[in-house]
Amino acid sequence: MSFRNLYDIADRFLPESLDWMAYLVAGGILAFVVINAMVMSTAAYTLFERRLIGRFQSRLGPNRWGPFGMFQPFADIIKLILKEDIAPTVADKIVFTISPVVFLVPVLVAVSVLPLGDGSFLGTLNVALVFIIAVTGMHIIGVFMAGWASRNKYALFGAMRGVAMLVSYEVPMAMSLVAVVLLSGTMSTLGIVQGQHLPYILVMPLGFFVFFTATLAEMSRAPFDMIEAESELGSGYNTEYSGMKFALFQLAEFMAPLANGAIVTVLFLGGTKGPIISGPWWFVLKVVAFAFVIVWTRSTWPRLRVDQIMTFSWKGLFPLSMINLALVTVEYFVLQDAVGALTLGDQAIMALINIPVTFVAIYVIGNLSGQKRDRTVPVPSPLARMAAEAD
Amino acid sequence: MAIRTEPITINLGPQHPSTHGVFRLRVKFDGELVLDIEPVFGYLHRGTEKLAEERTYVQIVTLTDRLDYVSSMTNNLAYVSAVEKLAGIPVPERAKYLRVICSELQRIASHMIATGFLLQELGAFATPLMYAFRERERILDLFEMLCGARVTLSYMRPGGVTQDAPREFWPALDILMRDMPMYIDELDQLISGNEIVLARTQNAGIIRPEAAINGSLSGPILRASGVKWDLRKANPYEVYDRMEFDVPIGSRGDTYDRYYIRILEMRESVKIIKQCIQQIPEGPTRTPGPFFIRPPVGDAYASVEAPKGELGFYLVSDGGISPYRCKIRAPSLINLSLLREMLVGWKMADMIIIFGSTDIVLGEVDR
Repeated sequence: MSFRNLYDIADRFLPESLDWMAYLVAGGILAFVVINAMVMSTAAYTLFERRLIGRFQSRLGPNRWGPFGMFQPFADIIKLILKEDIAPTVADKIVFTISPVVFLVPVLVAVSVLPLGDGSFLGTLNVALVFIIAVTGMHIIGVFMAGWASRNKYALFGAMRGVAMLVSYEVPMAMSLVAVVLLSGTMSTLGIVQGQHLPYILVMPLGFFVFFTATLAEMSRAPFDMIEAESELGSGYNTEYSGMKFALFQLAEFMAPLANGAIVTVLFLGGTKGPIISGPWWFVLKVVAFAFVIVWTRSTWPRLRVDQIMTFSWKGLFPLSMINLALVTVEYFVLQDAVGALTLGDQAIMALINIPVTFVAIYVIGNLSGQKRDRTVPVPSPLARMAAEAD
Repeated sequence: MAIRTEPITINLGPQHPSTHGVFRLRVKFDGELVLDIEPVFGYLHRGTEKLAEERTYVQIVTLTDRLDYVSSMTNNLAYVSAVEKLAGIPVPERAKYLRVICSELQRIASHMIATGFLLQELGAFATPLMYAFRERERILDLFEMLCGARVTLSYMRPGGVTQDAPREFWPALDILMRDMPMYIDELDQLISGNEIVLARTQNAGIIRPEAAINGSLSGPILRASGVKWDLRKANPYEVYDRMEFDVPIGSRGDTYDRYYIRILEMRESVKIIKQCIQQIPEGPTRTPGPFFIRPPVGDAYASVEAPKGELGFYLVSDGGISPYRCKIRAPSLINLSLLREMLVGWKMADMIIIFGSTDIVLGEVDR
């Protein structure tokens, strides 16, 4: 059910002079469906994440409300809605109020172009990839607005870090997407899914690695959760928020893994393709697998420092994405047929070459710009003569 | 054109996730860089030293529980040692062994907390903390068997311990000592080689050995700087002179060393406890004495190697039933003396972990 279908149906019932109404009705229904679908799946995802993190931390996680704690997300939402909505007196009220919306909307908009079956909510958008890059980068404006408008130093710190981080990670992210576009010859998400005879995670693992890491940074999930950094900044950019506004921030933050999971699924995991069970189920399964990996990362890894995050992007991911792009370009140039398409065989050859190259490249770049482990054997300081005598 | 900038001053604390209680740091930042700090403490001041002048010698034991509330056993031990020295009370052999077992168990529990919270401050989302707390729970269960309390123990008395360990205690201790090396290895494998932990902690907040000695630091922080100084070796109390154990030291005195030395010390503690289990004799656990202890006029200082450093009690007696003066040498407070040298010039995120690696407990800092 895409925008085009909805428009056609509405158009049939409305008189000629009310064509614009058809757009409005179709758009309204579409927005309603997307928002509700995403909010409900986000509610499910929060429970998934909390239960899973509970398991990782050898505790139970929420399990009181309903079977397996299923009603916990609703309890959370009700609590947040009922809370008092406090704004600091010195805050810039207008910016303070709209920033949660600015933070939330890009995630929802990005979802509307992802193909869940044969097409997306908006139909087949032929520049979907450009659209995705454009809108997913937007949410950081919401973060900055929140940080600036709260007039809180912690919030400002979080916002500044967020902006700096996003600028660095957009570049490798876009570079790995260029390789995807090159291979599939199209920017439409549907075309990219159809072009994947083998999932691109196998065809160019390096590109996937770069994109995945950059996605983590984009969502500011661990180990890149700089904008919140609860042990340093209290709560980061949303320190001053409470009640419904805070709920919107949380909603967008927990929705991002799903939206980005869907993007990664489409671009690298073969979208709806898969044997035995039907397409949409494969899609959901792959998104859940992605969500599992990021929850796993979050519960395992400590956070990087601000300058280390920048170094990692510019000295680690950026060279890797360039290597990937060069590699894929050469292979594509050699393997392409008359119309510029790749068959399953071609992609299998590329996979065989690229998988070892990925490990070598990550190893080499990691050793060039990574951390040296030069722990020397400890020698007692000569100042410790008293203890030496006692021994 | 130069952009006009100015430093930001932030009050880190007294309510902040990483201040280990109610510590307050007034920090001047230039962007992310720390320009200057000013520690402000006293938010948890309860007047322990003054209160001690109003209590009998046995009652003060309960006050010491609340100093460093994650290692009550060693606090008790330091205090009762001072009283025993002041009043000349002998301690039975079995009680000495029980005290050593307890203080080493407490050292493991305290180091577990230190490690867990350091990782929490590094941003590992509570997983190492939960693992560390799981192990600590089992130690607290043992303490519960000994004296019925889990945190504020008051297990020790001048002249021994309150009561002998129950029969079920020993098999439980054996099982824990069998499992504990495994737990420590698990924590070690999870954290020590982690690339991000290395990147964050190595070379951060280095303390030179000279500076550490001049700042009169003690405990794991001093040893991480390469100074081999441990009261258990240098001035053996109780039965530590009969134990075989190493004093691990660090090579650089950075945050990583301060973390890793705690892992190594936990292993040594397990060794000590195992030896105690083998050597412990039968016999009484407390020297009988009068209800009110009236030490002769004089003063005494006794110190033990607490998990955080040298914990000492200086008691002055005027012959009455309560001390005329009680002075506590709290390692947490003295370990903070180099705070400015450690923190200035680092980034905000480093500041949090360097501060965290000193492992302070505010109950002891403010007293």
